[in-house]
Amino acid sequence: MREKSVLEMHGIYKSFPGVKALQNVDFYLREGEIHALMGENGAGKSTLIKVLTGVYGKDAGEIYLKGHSGPVRIHSPQDAQNAGISTVYQEISLCPNLSVAENIFIGRGKGMRVSWKQMNSDAAKLLTSLDIPAKPTQQLASCSIAVQQMVAIARAVDMDCRVLILDEPTSSLDESEVAKLFRLMRQLRERGVGIVFVTHFLDQVYEVCDRITVLRNGQLVGEYEIEALPRVQLVSKMLGKELDDMADIKNNLPVSTEKDSVPVYEAKGLCSTEGIQPFDFEIRRGEVNGFTGLLGSGRSESVRAIFGADRVTSGEVKVNGTPVQIKKPIDAMRHGIAYLAEDRKRDGIVGDLSVRDNIILALQVKNGFFKPFSKAKAIKFAREYIKLLDIKTASVNTPVASLSGGNQQKVILARWLLTHPNYLILDEPTRGIDVGTKVEIQKLVLKLAAEGMSVTFISSETDEMLRTCSRLLVMRDRKLVGELTGDQLTQSHIMNTIAGGEQA
Amino acid sequence: MTEKTVLRKQESWISSILRHQIIIPIAALLLLSLFNLIADPSFFCITLGHNSAGNPVLSGNLITIIDCGSELAILAIGMTLVTAASGGQDISVGAAIAISGSVIIRVLCGTNTRPDTLQAPIIVAFLVACLVAMAFGAFNGALVAFFRIQPMVATLILFTAGRSIAAWINNNELPVISDESFTYFGGYLPGIPIPTPFFIALLCYLITWAVLKFTTLGLYVQSVGINEKTAHLNGLNPVLIKLATYILLGLCVAVCGLIKVSRISTINYSVIAKDIEMDAILAVALGGNSLSGGKFNMSASILGAYVIQFLTTTLYKFNVQSDALSAYKAVVVIVLVVLSAPSVREKLSALVRKLHTSGQTTPAA
Repeated sequence: MREKSVLEMHGIYKSFPGVKALQNVDFYLREGEIHALMGENGAGKSTLIKVLTGVYGKDAGEIYLKGHSGPVRIHSPQDAQNAGISTVYQEISLCPNLSVAENIFIGRGKGMRVSWKQMNSDAAKLLTSLDIPAKPTQQLASCSIAVQQMVAIARAVDMDCRVLILDEPTSSLDESEVAKLFRLMRQLRERGVGIVFVTHFLDQVYEVCDRITVLRNGQLVGEYEIEALPRVQLVSKMLGKELDDMADIKNNLPVSTEKDSVPVYEAKGLCSTEGIQPFDFEIRRGEVNGFTGLLGSGRSESVRAIFGADRVTSGEVKVNGTPVQIKKPIDAMRHGIAYLAEDRKRDGIVGDLSVRDNIILALQVKNGFFKPFSKAKAIKFAREYIKLLDIKTASVNTPVASLSGGNQQKVILARWLLTHPNYLILDEPTRGIDVGTKVEIQKLVLKLAAEGMSVTFISSETDEMLRTCSRLLVMRDRKLVGELTGDQLTQSHIMNTIAGGEQA
Repeated sequence: MTEKTVLRKQESWISSILRHQIIIPIAALLLLSLFNLIADPSFFCITLGHNSAGNPVLSGNLITIIDCGSELAILAIGMTLVTAASGGQDISVGAAIAISGSVIIRVLCGTNTRPDTLQAPIIVAFLVACLVAMAFGAFNGALVAFFRIQPMVATLILFTAGRSIAAWINNNELPVISDESFTYFGGYLPGIPIPTPFFIALLCYLITWAVLKFTTLGLYVQSVGINEKTAHLNGLNPVLIKLATYILLGLCVAVCGLIKVSRISTINYSVIAKDIEMDAILAVALGGNSLSGGKFNMSASILGAYVIQFLTTTLYKFNVQSDALSAYKAVVVIVLVVLSAPSVREKLSALVRKLHTSGQTTPAA
């Protein structure tokens, strides 16, 4: 082991059926540091943490802990806890109906006897020493989420943990709560605890962390001192585009946007219950634009607000220049807006229903309760779009759940195209599908736009966005922070805007 | 066409039949019939006689089945919709039948417990009962749809309180209706030898068929039951649809209430439609419908209801005592439910395929 290390992971491999989640990943955590573990979704952050905490077994590799000679074996979360590794998850895993003191000491007593007085005074000491604003006898549920999280941390600290893993602890906290949490983290750093901090918020990483380890596609990209890695570099490492190699792809799209025409859709100060900052947005006939930003930056929430998928709290919306109210999806559908949701399984398919029913669903709902399509007509619609989009299915009656991911996606696309929308929103239409289908979908988007449809396209892959969009709206930390058009549409520009603050 | 493709056609024909949902209640019906045919063919005997009013009536076990299975079949319609949309069951239907029956009697009798003439037209009493039952259905539906309470827990409230409410409606008295026309709904119409409940059930089935054919109710209910989030994003209102299924079940309950009180011209609050909720749920399950919601087959559910009645009647025929009835029923139900479990059916159809192919290849070899 290196000097000062509290934890070392060497050559960790882990695979799931069909996925290599971790390949030869090394991770070093030093005493008294806050270490950010960064990567896009699917990069392997959570798998690494679950291997470390014994939730998953590893396929190969070794874990060393300070004070243990030789590699340690961690087979269960209990093992991890005994070895001094504690985890605080995004969702609080304490008992809300017990008191703060009980939560700190639960499951750790030896024997049957409990001295409540002793327990409460110990808890009080611990809470004051960590500066946590809670009383030992207070019921946990009556504390704010931030305090609950701190209590969870206090519990971990009191169990003599030397490695503390904080998995997205700040995602449900407001600014002042985050500040309190950071103060606590710094205190623990003084005490020599090694903290692994997982977050999507770049600002927070630069505020509190000492080192960054970046993972991508299950592989280690590298470990960096925070000063040595400017934001833009970090983003490019996470996305896997070296700034030097990035040949700026010129956007050769014919800009078919009719600049002076009335926008097909226009919103001012649109805001929903999902915690995005109010934003302005417009799209014209034949335009393809896109929302970009890191995961959790609010790009999905923005388009959901446009479609009325979440509860819209404020904003003025105009469709073709006429003010309208879009409160729920059916309103949007009646105004010719279609929305292909990000999570295909959760928000897209109706698994047990046939391909035919899945294709006609949206148009049928739009058509009304008393006007069902005849079976023949439904089959005709389904066959037409199966042919148009080249959907591979045994028959129109096959349950959609038995199709492959790409074909399921095409079925949902068919559903929305069948409604003949004026404005189509595609949220990650190419995620998790094979390359061939990805290209098909991109081509289709351009073809539809050429025919006069307006499209908003969201993708985690910047290449795709650059190929299809003539205008990009950049989001960071749930705020619309920039708009890029024309010459600005380059990888480096996008990354700069995503990272914010400094320029490369 | 080569011989091979013909073979494959036949094979897929058999396995597609086996995979079809309605095969379960049909198979159960055939099994029970076969059992009766072997044990005592007189089970199927139907005789024409006259009842006390001098009307020609058919009697026999089969007539008993289509007569007494009617309430269950009607309830199965509503229960199927509720199950499909909300992924849970309404266990308060028995108590709700007591309420709607009590309402009918209350309206017909007024304040007098032994009226010589009806105080209101029967249709009025029935419509009032419909409104009341639909209101209680809406209550259940609101708990499930708005407050997202588990259906069984939500309907437990009315299950517990329903029979007391029913008794309270008539001040805990037991009014008797002497008007003869009131007995038509649970008995026989003059001159028609087939019991009226069967016609009522048939009518309900036809209406349901028409509704499913001429509206998009089926697609909506299934979409909401399978994937509520997707349904929402496709412009549906899952809350409203769930609520609607509970209200429709309320309507079915009112019809059952009318038949039940008409059968005896009075009401016994603690006995009327006792345990019928469990049979109704069973009918849905026997129809091969998933009790956790989603896809449904209405005809299969209704057939399932008649299977249950067939079973009950068979057991009575063999002089099983009424207190021992449930135990026997349970045994048969276990067999039927296990056989209809998707995993078992999958294995069975694989087995049939195997037998079929080996049967085809043996003569060739």
